[in-house]
Amino acid sequence: MRFGPVAAVRGLSLRAEAGGWTALIGPNGAGKTSALRALAGLAAYEGEVLVDGRDARRLGRRAVARLVAFVPQKPETPAALTVAEYVLLGRTPHISYLGGEGRRDREAAARALRRLEIESFAARPLGSLSGGELQRAVLARALAQEAPVLLLDEPTTALDLGRQQLVLELIDALRQDGLTVVTTMHDLTLAGQYAERLVLLDEGAVVAEGTAAEVLSAPNVAAHYGANVRIVEDGAGVFVLPLRSR
Amino acid sequence: MTATAGRVESTPRVEARGVGLRTGLVTVAFLVAALAVGLAIGPVHIGLGSILDSAFSHVPLLHIHQSLGKDERGILWQVRAPRVVLAALVGGMLAIAGASYQGVFRNPLCDPYLLGVAGGAGLGATLAIIYASAAAAGTTWTVPLAAFAGAIAAVVATYALGRSVGAAHMTGALVLAGVTMATFTAAVQTFVQQQHTQQLQNVYSWLLGGFSTATWHDVAICAPYVGLSSLVLVLHRRVLDVLSLGDDEASSLGVDVGRARLAIVVAATLGTAAAVSVSGLIAFVGIIVPHTIRLLVSTSYRAVVPLSLLAGAGFLVLTDVVARTVLSPAELPIGVVTAFLGAPFFAIVLRTSRTLR
Ligand SMILES: Nc1ncnc2c1ncn2[C@@H]1O[C@H](COP(=O)(O)OP(=O)(O)OP(=O)(O)O)[C@@H](O)[C@H]1O
Ligand SMILES: [Mg+2]
Repeated sequence: MRFGPVAAVRGLSLRAEAGGWTALIGPNGAGKTSALRALAGLAAYEGEVLVDGRDARRLGRRAVARLVAFVPQKPETPAALTVAEYVLLGRTPHISYLGGEGRRDREAAARALRRLEIESFAARPLGSLSGGELQRAVLARALAQEAPVLLLDEPTTALDLGRQQLVLELIDALRQDGLTVVTTMHDLTLAGQYAERLVLLDEGAVVAEGTAAEVLSAPNVAAHYGANVRIVEDGAGVFVLPLRSR
Repeated sequence: MTATAGRVESTPRVEARGVGLRTGLVTVAFLVAALAVGLAIGPVHIGLGSILDSAFSHVPLLHIHQSLGKDERGILWQVRAPRVVLAALVGGMLAIAGASYQGVFRNPLCDPYLLGVAGGAGLGATLAIIYASAAAAGTTWTVPLAAFAGAIAAVVATYALGRSVGAAHMTGALVLAGVTMATFTAAVQTFVQQQHTQQLQNVYSWLLGGFSTATWHDVAICAPYVGLSSLVLVLHRRVLDVLSLGDDEASSLGVDVGRARLAIVVAATLGTAAAVSVSGLIAFVGIIVPHTIRLLVSTSYRAVVPLSLLAGAGFLVLTDVVARTVLSPAELPIGVVTAFLGAPFFAIVLRTSRTLR
């Protein structure tokens, strides 16, 4: 995909398996967000995106929205909307253009609220939620969409360590339900622990791809992030530790 | 029994607050009361009972004899009724258009004149008042038609200008283009008006808006547009809620954002242009009414859009009553009354607008 003459992402070929978790990693400006937006059908691209073997462009916007849910890095959360109203908006692709929600939509939204354990917040305005609660409301909105593919742009940025784990565990639980998850991530250690496949982008091109052990090597990180790191690998995972050069 | 109770408790109430039954009834009652006050009050007082008698005496088979004399009937049905109905149509239209613009542009301070409707209509009407009234002996059609054409021309120019900036920054560009167009048309309008100071009074009284010359003819011009565009806007109330999530998210929820925005803007603009062409420029209705509903009822467009239509209609009918009674037999321009009430109100809204976003 390109912005004017500049190709933001080139030669990306990505295959996300049902129930799998793929993490797009790479330095700032590598093209992670751009790639995710192209997958969601939000940005023009050359080539093709196949969802369930079907060409997304020929499916049309609504059909794609029933298959792919997208959560941007900073979702818009109108403060006065209640959690229930917000989550119900996730049902839009299942409702005719000028229609309103029916019983099935309310049930789907209720299921999403229960799945993320925020049913007690249903009547609260979004503006009154804490950051972590808000994040769960956003996930519930995406879940209510009942799409088999979930795209998340940096779901853990700006969260503390505990919350990062909480959100990632939540996403992992959704994946266990059978969702296909693609996220962009900056924390390489966490990416390696949760996603079974990492795709390292740099300047719009895929430069490495595979398991955490394959992708997260000190030379890779040095070459593409310009960071000096020590990689510690043990039974529990691959740890990327920043190391001062001198 | 306990199991059922437990399940009921664990099922969250998942509902979108639309127009609740009570809110709906209260708003309809407000509108009906406003219409009644509008018909009853004036230099000649006509009681509510007489109004009802007179209305029902036209219904065959009821055999109700009206207590009103011929003159009173004339005042009621040929002077006051069209005036009240026209004020209701215009007020409802301005309010629902304001609410819709605020939703589409995701900016709580937008008003229905945003895209240059007011400036264009003002210029069109000024030209008609100054150049046409001599030639065409000022038929009832000339000024509304010129105002309507001016409004549409200005909005089309605004749209073309905004579009030339590119789709990515469309909403911001449109707002700026609207400001540009408003400034430009105001400049031309002022120039033309200063060249013909003998018509200043007429131009001025049109610009400030009012219903003193309202006839059923005006109602007939305006009603189809108001009906059609409010229907389109009311149907889009949920879409407006989806648009409040921003272009990316609305689009990832399957909404064609560009087309939805165009449909809403076209409907709101056509209706506003029709309203303005028969009433002049009435300020603040499009801002006061939707914000009052946001403060009192809900910020969801499912409530704001339909309630703005009803409350806006009632509000402008009452404002018109104030405009024609305060200095009776002279009339205050209604734009002065709405602005006088609107400015302090707007200040309050601004101070509380942190909670509105
Ligand atoms: N609307 C745009 N117009 C022009 N260039 C853009 C636009 N959006 C992104 N780009 C460019 O495309 C490249 C990829 O951007 P992208 O947002 O995909 O990076 P990213 O990998 O998500 O970075 P970050 O980690 O900082 O979020 C960058 O060089 C960026 O400047
Ligand atoms: Mg990014």
